[in-house]
Amino acid sequence: MHLVIIVPAYNETQHLGRVCRGLFEQNSRLTELGFKRITTVVVDDGSTDATAEIARCEGAVVIRHPLNRGQGAALETGDEYARVIGADVAVHFDADGQFNPGDVAPAVQALLTSGKEVILGSRWLGRPARGVPFVKRILLRTVGRWFTYLQTGVWLTDFHNGFRVFNRRALSLIRLTHDGMAHNAEIIAALRRHRLTFAEWPVEVTYHEYGQGVRGGAKIFWDLLWENFR
Amino acid sequence: MLLIQILLVAFFLYAIYKAGARRRAGDLTAPGAVFWLVFWTAGIAVVIFPVPITFYFARRLGVGRGADLVVYAALALLFFLVFNLMVRSERLNREVTKLTRTIALAEALKKKEEDVNL
Repeated sequence: MHLVIIVPAYNETQHLGRVCRGLFEQNSRLTELGFKRITTVVVDDGSTDATAEIARCEGAVVIRHPLNRGQGAALETGDEYARVIGADVAVHFDADGQFNPGDVAPAVQALLTSGKEVILGSRWLGRPARGVPFVKRILLRTVGRWFTYLQTGVWLTDFHNGFRVFNRRALSLIRLTHDGMAHNAEIIAALRRHRLTFAEWPVEVTYHEYGQGVRGGAKIFWDLLWENFR
Repeated sequence: MLLIQILLVAFFLYAIYKAGARRRAGDLTAPGAVFWLVFWTAGIAVVIFPVPITFYFARRLGVGRGADLVVYAALALLFFLVFNLMVRSERLNREVTKLTRTIALAEALKKKEEDVNL
């Protein structure tokens, strides 16, 4: 079996090295799950800093967008690469260091043992996320959930989470056409459209600087409006 | 002739000149050039004979004043053009993304092949 971990990155020199090392440390656990090949792919979305060099130094496969096209576009490029090289399982993992690489192996194992086709990370299951600002918490847990439910018909505990695991069928069916942040709602809508079976899985999310305070809440709210009404 | 009429006619003539230049440069299709030529010429006609022309159409359409009709029509046209531009820019965006992806994947896959051959 072949596992591909897709990390979309735009100007992420600060965290990317640590993220890549963290992911490579999981390889032995993933091998135990039966994966003969594990490929970590960093999709450098036209960064203006040393993001690509760092990823290369850490030993990741680097796919470089000549122009910045947005996170959705970078993820779809990673997905397409995974399809071409014949991935059996694909993982979406953010480059900003908010996720714990230690969550990858258990989530992949959950996909394999549960027979579900998609595993979605949730920061509210299990141990709740730390340091989530009040405004953001309210938006994420109430308004956003309803928005997403009304738009996609899927009820999730965490509607906006970049941690995802797909099996081969899900990977081949879900095609992202929204370049920006709207890709998240697109993925959730695709679950229902293609009748893909899915489950949420608790993942740890640690906040650094993005999304603190009222401004962060406003940003999320704006993303939501953008996702739902464009 | 009022000053505003002279200024508007001069501006519309300049617009016709620009449309012609863009057509020669190949930025404008032949139908597009004809559209803008007719559009700006109509503008000149309305500016020179505002009352007979606009009043005629305004009466027929049930709008009180000729000037109001011009504003309504201009607004409708503007919004339509903005809509067209938005659609086009969205399509362009998608095409740029597709091109970016094709280039990025081709490079990555080529490098992968080279690594295998080494």
